[in-house]
Amino acid sequence: MRVLLVDDEEQLVSTLAERLELRGIHAGWATGGEEALERVKSETFDLAVLDVKMPKISGIELKKRLQVLCPAMKFIFLTGHGSEEDFTAGAAEAGSDFYLIKPVKIEALLEKMNEVMRHPGKSI
Amino acid sequence: MKLEFERFMPKFWEYRDVASGPFRALFDFRKIWKQAVFLCAGVALAPLILMALIDYNVTQKAIESEILLRTSRLVSNERRTISFFLEERKFALDFVVHDNPYETLKDTARLETILENLKKSLGGFSDLGVIDSSGIQINYAGPYRLLGVDYRRHDWFRQVMEKGVYISDVFLGLRNAPHFVIAVKHLLPNGDSFILRSSLDMERFQKILSQMELEPSGDAVIINRSGVLQTPSRYFHDIFSRIPFAIPDFSSTTQVYQTSDSKGRIYVIGYAYIVDTPFILMVTKQKNELMKPWFKTRLHLVAFLAVSIVGILAVIIGVATYLVNHMYMADQKRVMTLHQVEYANKLASIGRLAAGVAHEINNPLAIINEKAGLIKDILTFQSDCAADTKLVGLLDSILSSVERCGAITRRLLGFARHMEVRIQKVSIRDIIQDVIGFLGKEAEYKSIVVSADIPEDVPEFESDRGKLQQIFLNLVNNAFAAMNEGGHLKIAVAAIPDKSVSVTVSDDGCGISDADLKRVFEPFFTTKSRTGGTGLGLSITYGLVQELGGDIQVESAVGKGTRFIVTLPLIREPQTSEQKKDGFDKSRFSDDFVKSSQARRANPEE
Repeated sequence: MRVLLVDDEEQLVSTLAERLELRGIHAGWATGGEEALERVKSETFDLAVLDVKMPKISGIELKKRLQVLCPAMKFIFLTGHGSEEDFTAGAAEAGSDFYLIKPVKIEALLEKMNEVMRHPGKSI
Repeated sequence: MKLEFERFMPKFWEYRDVASGPFRALFDFRKIWKQAVFLCAGVALAPLILMALIDYNVTQKAIESEILLRTSRLVSNERRTISFFLEERKFALDFVVHDNPYETLKDTARLETILENLKKSLGGFSDLGVIDSSGIQINYAGPYRLLGVDYRRHDWFRQVMEKGVYISDVFLGLRNAPHFVIAVKHLLPNGDSFILRSSLDMERFQKILSQMELEPSGDAVIINRSGVLQTPSRYFHDIFSRIPFAIPDFSSTTQVYQTSDSKGRIYVIGYAYIVDTPFILMVTKQKNELMKPWFKTRLHLVAFLAVSIVGILAVIIGVATYLVNHMYMADQKRVMTLHQVEYANKLASIGRLAAGVAHEINNPLAIINEKAGLIKDILTFQSDCAADTKLVGLLDSILSSVERCGAITRRLLGFARHMEVRIQKVSIRDIIQDVIGFLGKEAEYKSIVVSADIPEDVPEFESDRGKLQQIFLNLVNNAFAAMNEGGHLKIAVAAIPDKSVSVTVSDDGCGISDADLKRVFEPFFTTKSRTGGTGLGLSITYGLVQELGGDIQVESAVGKGTRFIVTLPLIREPQTSEQKKDGFDKSRFSDDFVKSSQARRANPEE
């Protein structure tokens, strides 16, 4: 499984990527939408874990653009924000089961990642 | 007695505004009520009373003038009868002197025959006398010996010699019975003259008067021109005494006037001067007697007026009270809504603040989580040092603390989110656990033992999560406020399948007194106004339960505790606006809302 992590908090994505690598998952990371779009040109990912609130390109917007580039890609949202609009939009994009709020246990994240890969229908 | 009276007092009457700004009542209800009542009463009653007064006066005047007219007609008729009676007798004497030569009249036997004939035909004559021009009675027929009496110096003699006819006042005379005298003078061809004089008794005269149609209090008398009674009077005095009134002024026609006697009684007096006689016919009637039918009518009129006034006032006061009470209710509703809006805004602000804080904290929290996680990962995956178990333990406690923080921020986010969500599937178990979670710390500080008894099989149902949260937050908060250290709060859930779920929040706090229990759901009712209570908590809770189609009951015993029972329907019925309105009215303002909320005193321990 190859995972792309996108969050404007570099400390978070880098550490998370390292932890996933330790668990045998190939994880690439980006701190912004543009960087993420660049990365998918050279690498292929099965799954993207996106923050919702990011500068320039929001998580929702990024998901749409990534889908154009990589139609088979699955998505999970991982956000610190829990406002109603974000929840409604995020849950609509990824399904409410794949809208996670920080902080999240690594085991829980792994479980969700496996789940989304098993049920490709759930993430559009 | 005072309490009885207070029961009829409309609610707005004792209302005193203590709020300010937009929460102030828009109107001075008592003033509006007074204005409405006085204005309506003025407009309705003034014309009624005016018309009644006019009618009263007009009718009274009409009746009075009718009385005067009737009296006048009676007097007029009677005068004619009396005049005719006197004329008749005068003509009879005239006929006698013309029919009988002077010589014949000097014959006593002839005179006696004439007297007999007169008595038989006309009646009333009691004697006859012939007096020559020198005043000596030269012949006499009658019961007395009056032959040869010299009348020369008598006043009546002079008058009859001058005028040719004379009718005397009534007097007693020798026979000691009231009678009067008619005398006629006859000129002889030789230029000499003589007088025929007759005494008439009063029998016939009085018969005429007594035959008059008079009311029981009426009286008809004849007086002479000096006011002396010529006939006996029913009410005044004996014959020959003076009447108690002034002698009426001379008038050739019948006159009617009113006068009062020394006792203040008002009399209607009709009189007529009888021409060529010293007599005045006088009819007196007591006005009070005559006005009796009018008094009866007047009583009806006044009674009708009084009943009308009472009726109109009752309607006006009733309508004014009804309308002002509704204004009062509407205004209370407005203030209530304002408070609710303010309360909701406040909650929304708190929600937004909480969400903002949660978001800001979540990111650094996530970093701590990942960093600590990574250290643990490194120790777990790459190191085999035995001392590392202590480090792993430390990291685990960091991670569990982060998890705790995460739970708190998630709850804050959840609270903020549910402020805005409408109807959704909710689990009462989650909501109650959320609420206990929110207030758990406070319970610990106050050493309150919170226990929740929620069966596993309570079904989920459609409702408004935010409102439910608010309802139970309010109830639990209230319970906390009622308890001292070491209290017990019990939340129990029971479900009736396919029908409803009821949540009982009971405490063993100070309890609510019987009198206050009836009012706990009323807006602005508070026993904590000094410590900042708005008196809105329970009324808002009540409103929320109503909005969700549920019902809330309260049972309490002073010193033992209070129990609130919220019953919520499992199947939501779509609320029409009518029901909403009804619910609102009932819940907050109607008199029977206490009944509808089924507040009752009971021992929650039982």
